[in-house]
Amino acid sequence: MVVKIPELAFGFIIPEIIITVSAFITLLLAAFGRRESIGAMAGAVALTGAGLAMIFTFASWDTDTSIFNSLYTIDNFGTFFKGLALIVAMLVTLLSLSYVEREAIVKGEYYSLLLFGVLGMMIMVSSNHFITIFIGLEVMSIAVYVLCGLLSGNSRSAEASLKYFLLGAFTTAFLLYGMAMIYATTGNLDIRAIANHVVAGDFVLTPMFMIGIALLVVGFGFKTASVPFHMWTPDVYQGAPTSITAYMATGIKAAAFGAFLRVFYTAFMPLLAHWSGMIWLIAVATMTLGNITALVQDDVKRMLAYSSIAHAGYILIPFVIGDQVSSASILFYLLVYTFMNIGAFTIVILLGRKGAENSGIESYAGLAGRHPLIALSMSIFLLSLAGIPPLAGFMGKFYVLSAAVKAQYYWLAVIGVLNSVVAVYYYLRVIMAMYFKDSTGEFRRTDFSPAYSVVIIISLWALFHMGVFPRDFLLIAQKSVGIFM
Amino acid sequence: MDLTFPLLSALIFFPLTGALLLMLLPRRNALLIKVSALLLTLAEFALSLPLFFQFNEKTAAMQFVEQREWYPEWGISYLLGIDGISMLLVMLTTFITVLCILCSWESIKDKIKEYYVSFLLLETAMIGALCALDLVLFYIFWELMLIPMYLLIGVWGGPNRIYAAVKFFLFTMVGSVLMLVAIMALYFHYGGETGLYTFNVFDLYKANLPVVKQYWLFAAFALSFAIKVPMFPFHTWLPDAHTEAPTAGSVILAAVLLKMGVYGFLRFAMPLFPAALVAATPLISWLAIIGIIYGAVMCIMQTDLKRLIAYSSVSHLGYVMLGIFALNMQGFQGGIYQMLNHGISTGGLFLIVGMIYERRHTRMIADFGGLSKVMPRLAVFFMIITLSSIALPGTNGFVGEFLILLGAFRSNMLYGVLAATGVILGAVYMLWMFQRVMFGKITREENTRLPDLSKREAAILGAVVLFVFLMGLYPGAFLRKMDASAADYLNYIQAKTAAYTAVEQVPIRQAKAE
Repeated sequence: MVVKIPELAFGFIIPEIIITVSAFITLLLAAFGRRESIGAMAGAVALTGAGLAMIFTFASWDTDTSIFNSLYTIDNFGTFFKGLALIVAMLVTLLSLSYVEREAIVKGEYYSLLLFGVLGMMIMVSSNHFITIFIGLEVMSIAVYVLCGLLSGNSRSAEASLKYFLLGAFTTAFLLYGMAMIYATTGNLDIRAIANHVVAGDFVLTPMFMIGIALLVVGFGFKTASVPFHMWTPDVYQGAPTSITAYMATGIKAAAFGAFLRVFYTAFMPLLAHWSGMIWLIAVATMTLGNITALVQDDVKRMLAYSSIAHAGYILIPFVIGDQVSSASILFYLLVYTFMNIGAFTIVILLGRKGAENSGIESYAGLAGRHPLIALSMSIFLLSLAGIPPLAGFMGKFYVLSAAVKAQYYWLAVIGVLNSVVAVYYYLRVIMAMYFKDSTGEFRRTDFSPAYSVVIIISLWALFHMGVFPRDFLLIAQKSVGIFM
Repeated sequence: MDLTFPLLSALIFFPLTGALLLMLLPRRNALLIKVSALLLTLAEFALSLPLFFQFNEKTAAMQFVEQREWYPEWGISYLLGIDGISMLLVMLTTFITVLCILCSWESIKDKIKEYYVSFLLLETAMIGALCALDLVLFYIFWELMLIPMYLLIGVWGGPNRIYAAVKFFLFTMVGSVLMLVAIMALYFHYGGETGLYTFNVFDLYKANLPVVKQYWLFAAFALSFAIKVPMFPFHTWLPDAHTEAPTAGSVILAAVLLKMGVYGFLRFAMPLFPAALVAATPLISWLAIIGIIYGAVMCIMQTDLKRLIAYSSVSHLGYVMLGIFALNMQGFQGGIYQMLNHGISTGGLFLIVGMIYERRHTRMIADFGGLSKVMPRLAVFFMIITLSSIALPGTNGFVGEFLILLGAFRSNMLYGVLAATGVILGAVYMLWMFQRVMFGKITREENTRLPDLSKREAAILGAVVLFVFLMGLYPGAFLRKMDASAADYLNYIQAKTAAYTAVEQVPIRQAKAE
């Protein structure tokens, strides 16, 4: 038997290599660097690494090739999601710079794990094969399990870590089991080969195959925080360090959606009619439950956790449809969602202090009087999350809904928009507290550092730019989904 | 002026730029902020004057048109234009905004900068919504109006302001998101039918929608606009919003924001879905009549001045809707004229209540009485505006209401009769209110020392009264501007509906035969 040795196309995975190397450097810094400068150095390494990786990722735009024996693929779809993961990496690193100092988090390991998580995301979204998807998912998840528990001496953080780990491990088993069942019926782990198998004339849709699909939905549903696999989300998002919450709500969600999309829109596309009903139900349940539960939250961080569940629901609206417009709208939405969410979480970080997050809604009372610019930025992020024009959140929702209306899923669109009205209520509650109520507590100084304002300004710019001139970004999204059909 | 000067864009974005400039001014210098806001709105008003004077009243075509590509792949364009109808509403907007800034001079003491910034943003959104001829552009401005108004009510409003602000936001939002879905459905239908995917409203007018689809889409549009108007039974947010809003907020809400609902009906909902229009006309006319009478009856029972005027808005907007849905020249022009009148008169009434409130910090009718003795100048202005609100001949209200009733009688005698009872009720509640507040003995000690109008206040009310008489005595100056547009509009609607009723008869009979 001749074993074909795959050609080593390292040229295509330079971004991944850069991130890996940076992750190791930060780890070494933690061991050998001078204690007081570790934070700044590690942060700088992480930023530079992510920036460099971003440049190389952009350079591979418009290449379409499979490497490593077609375990791995370089295409615009993967490039888009890699770029998104790197944007998340850079923004989260920036907002972590003084946050980790404040909370006395172990710095070298923090940035190292952050980068490993990003590496996992990048592998996951570029995988053409169940095994590499699984590896990417695990690399990402294990890093994040640890990151969640990094607030030393905080029992909520430890709880978040343990909860996420136990449930995550459990659903990973579901995912693997699903892959195994698909393998058992098709004899393939390569998703394009599975697609070929499915369209072949002698294919019979067996219950085992359907169960395999369902188990994959469970696995991805968990990582994207979709109902009914969302139970972990509020506690983990609330307990984790806020920077990591932002990271999970944007990066992990985007990467999971990337892999979810690639698997379902490639391997299972011919069976759309068999699984789209399932996704329909999940979409409706996710947005409705997320929004209604968010209504009664008195903690802004927890409210944002539920809102992120609801947003997963909006993203699943076009998922049901399965054409190019719908997949492009998912990509655009994720891009927009990243900026508005990171922006909102940055403000949550800003208002906290060592050991006290002050994320209760009462801490926001009268913020407009004390810090008008912070209150204004937070309002813009929240209004964008609520989908109010001319902010990018509106354009995101517009494309998502138009995909649904175009495919004549009118009820889904109507449920979606009514949900967005419900959502307006809880976003407005925060704005109300900031603008309409008087400050209750004592005057608090926020720990303001330039890095925060960079994150906020970038996010604000992105929201206005993508809201008013969405064209370029949507064209990019459309080009990225060229691989489907 | 050079015709290529993008006047409408300038009108839309000038207040926005002004708002950004205002943000940069030092917070401590309140006077500078107020003066700049006033100058900005005055400049905006001056900038809008060419619209009125250079308007070509011979043609029904859109004027001052601007078209730029915005997102060509999706057929979203930056398309602006006005006809005789929207031109008058834009003028009303720029005029009323100046008065709003003036009347806030003393009453707003907190967060002054944010207040005027909100007002300027609101002006941008309102003018944008009136000029936009692309559905996406319209929707963006339409939604944009919500936020500044929400802030105006919620930050500077009365004791129950948070409840009122949220209610206002949620009510309006429910309607408009459903409209968004309807807009998309229309877009994809038209695109699928013709291959031309566009949000340009004039292209979409040509769509041939199946009747059932028209009903659904009309319902979505109509719900959104009916909430804004507000028509009975969607009016419940209005009394709360009006009562809690600061004076200028109530004025702008009554004078312009409610008109957006009517404008939406006549620019979008009615011409886009002619078959649905035919079917819905009786329903909407009846709701309008119920609104007229219900609003008037509610007025009689109110104890709070602002709430009373708020309910009178429900009644007056009922007239507007009745007139427009009479679908004849008199009713239609009367409806539009009444929109302007309502803006002037009800705006004026809110201004007066605001002035009284600033002095006494109460709006309860029972707390007043005999005010005309201590405030004779206010009494004169109040009387004139009250009479204009109950449509005394010689005032603006008369022209509008007369035309509406004429139109209503022509379309359906019963509508006319019922609507006319509203006129009587209108006189009852307004005059009774006036009597209780202004005449009789001074019953309260506090009322004896009230200062009369200041020069600033007299100037504001003087401007209002000027328009009360101008529009009452020379209606032609305004009506002629919209003649061509209105005639063309009605011809268009009639042709469209006639075509639909003709086509519709056949399949229905066939269906019955089967």
